[in-house]
Amino acid sequence: MEKGLEAVKQEGEVNADGRQVVLSVRDVTVGFGSQLVLDHLNLDVYRGEILGFVGASGTGKSVLMRTVLGLLPHRSGTIEILGVDYDNASEEERMLVDMRLGVLFQHGALFSALTVKENIQLPMREYLDLPQSLMDELAYLKVEMVGLSPDAADKYPSELSGGMIKRAALARALALDPDLVFLDEPTSGLDPIGAADFDALIAKLRDTLGLTVYMVTHDLDSLFSVCDRIAVLGQKRVLVEGTLEDMFACDDPWVQSYFRGKRARSVVAHEKQPTAEVEKT
Amino acid sequence: MTFRSAEIKAEDLPGGDGERYLLSGDWRGQTILSMLKEFQHLEQVRSRGRVEIDLSGIAGIDTAGAWLIRRLMTAKGEQGSEAVLIGGEGPIRELIGVLPEKAPAPPSDQGDKGTLFERLFAPTGKAMAELGSDFYAAMHILGSAVRGAQMKLGRGAGVSPASVVTHIDRMGVRAVPIIVLMSFLIGAIIAQQGAFQLRYFGAEIFVVDLVGILQLREIGVLLTAIMIAGRSGSAITAEIGSMKMREEIDALTVIGLNPVGVLIFPRLVALTVALPLLTIVANFAALTGAAVVAWAYSGITFDTYLSRLHEAIDHTSVASGMIKAPFMALSIGIVAAVEGMKVGGSAESLGQHVTTSVVKAIFVVILMDAVFAIFYSAIDF
Ligand SMILES: Nc1ncnc2c1ncn2[C@@H]1O[C@H](COP(=O)(O)OP(=O)(O)OP(=O)(O)O)[C@@H](O)[C@H]1O
Ligand SMILES: [Mg+2]
Repeated sequence: MEKGLEAVKQEGEVNADGRQVVLSVRDVTVGFGSQLVLDHLNLDVYRGEILGFVGASGTGKSVLMRTVLGLLPHRSGTIEILGVDYDNASEEERMLVDMRLGVLFQHGALFSALTVKENIQLPMREYLDLPQSLMDELAYLKVEMVGLSPDAADKYPSELSGGMIKRAALARALALDPDLVFLDEPTSGLDPIGAADFDALIAKLRDTLGLTVYMVTHDLDSLFSVCDRIAVLGQKRVLVEGTLEDMFACDDPWVQSYFRGKRARSVVAHEKQPTAEVEKT
Repeated sequence: MTFRSAEIKAEDLPGGDGERYLLSGDWRGQTILSMLKEFQHLEQVRSRGRVEIDLSGIAGIDTAGAWLIRRLMTAKGEQGSEAVLIGGEGPIRELIGVLPEKAPAPPSDQGDKGTLFERLFAPTGKAMAELGSDFYAAMHILGSAVRGAQMKLGRGAGVSPASVVTHIDRMGVRAVPIIVLMSFLIGAIIAQQGAFQLRYFGAEIFVVDLVGILQLREIGVLLTAIMIAGRSGSAITAEIGSMKMREEIDALTVIGLNPVGVLIFPRLVALTVALPLLTIVANFAALTGAAVVAWAYSGITFDTYLSRLHEAIDHTSVASGMIKAPFMALSIGIVAAVEGMKVGGSAESLGQHVTTSVVKAIFVVILMDAVFAIFYSAIDF
């Protein structure tokens, strides 16, 4: 990975602490008609981190994600992904960027006419020139990676459960080993054990593949266990961003009730327990 | 970002009791193709003794590349030699390490193919069974329509008039321009062709009889029905089908509403009202078209045209056409609804059923027209 760094360096500005910015959102305003959803919003995502993005329902988390991906127009500001200004990029530059992005949409967005395996192979077919047998192996590998059983690979999306759809969609998002993945509520609708596995999987992929993860989530467990940094969306902009400590220190009422509410406290207590036990022994 | 293509080189170990593979370049999905042949060759040749896989030349790697290396190790292990990784940075080894030794096996397809006889006749049988169940579904919908929009628990006698009116507007009123245009042209074409042929016999005036009877008894209702099958039948199938796809039909059932009553019944009623009315519009348009052509080509004045028409057609000509309209409307609606209810989970099946719906509806309409023709001639109508 280190060797690639030279090449990668030009791909995004490096900020003061020497961390490389893979996604930079500056001054972005998005609205529908007269309703303003995002107002001069700023956000940075650094290479190799898992950013948890939280906010009340309907504050515009999905809208921001869609704007960053170029699916919604923005009224002002600039968005730079992997060092490319998406709005002013040529067709070819965009394609190169698209190839390095993986997206898990909130509702899966699997292609209903294709099986899970074909869904995963679609981006491979588009961008890689590999023999079918190898693509099959890779597809089954991804299916296993996200914790699905091989016989799910030949099912159609309408034959999958909600959680399986999430996993299959993640497998498709990871098909090309992207540098930056966007996950919109990956663990909603999963059972707690499945959700914890999912979090562990994300962390493992980050460590092995060097992924950068932008994760919209409402799941306190994910926030506490895998996210390196958290950003809170509220009042049409990013209210706070930083580590968990920063969240606790923040005096915004919504952030306070989110991170210090009853549910959060029980999760925190639970997370802390094992370490306390280790200290005792 | 440009990647170097992946390379693999084999050399003998210094002692001669094994091999070393030197890997270099980027081992990524985009870059492995060029050496894939060579790689597969190396993977298959039997090697003796120790096999060292040197990763130190690898610049970058992704799952595809890591999987090839993992596969190589497994293959060598199975051939009886011991494969070890040397060199390479932590992340690369880690990535190779997390991959399973073998690709997860696809489920073996142990579906029983059956004998030749079975394979030959099973589809036929299936098609017949499907035809039967289609018929039942159609009868179910027709029965529901006859009994009205029966809600669960016998609540509410009928259907909301607003819904019926909306559908009449969409399927009827908005179809008027295209129906008028189409029928005007059809009337004109029949008149022109008829006039040319009848001219040989000096019987040009009878073109009025020809157009009048043909249009009123057959063509008017038939073409209007075909147009509506294409225009509204497909819309009904698509609407009901996409609601089925997104579990909206299930939601209706659970809320305690009968999907047939809420969705299909208003559409059937609207079609049954709209199609006869459209047929009347179509008949007027076609007769007008014919009048224009008769005047332009054969010099038949409007006065002559009207008086000849008056003699040629009577109320039976009008009635025999109009009677067919509601039946055709019902069958278009029912075929469309049955197909809509059969839509499965995928966008593809939606497309398929919309196509089937239109094809079947047009076929049924033509079939009904034929049946009516036989019936009318039998009763001398
Ligand atoms: N296509 C659209 N047209 C009009 N308004 C929209 C559109 N998409 C989103 N909105 C509005 O933008 C706001 C933000 O929606 P968004 O989907 O981003 O919420 P969210 O933060 O992702 O919520 P959740 O956590 O529930 O997913 C909402 O008020 C929504 O009504
Ligand atoms: Mg959302």
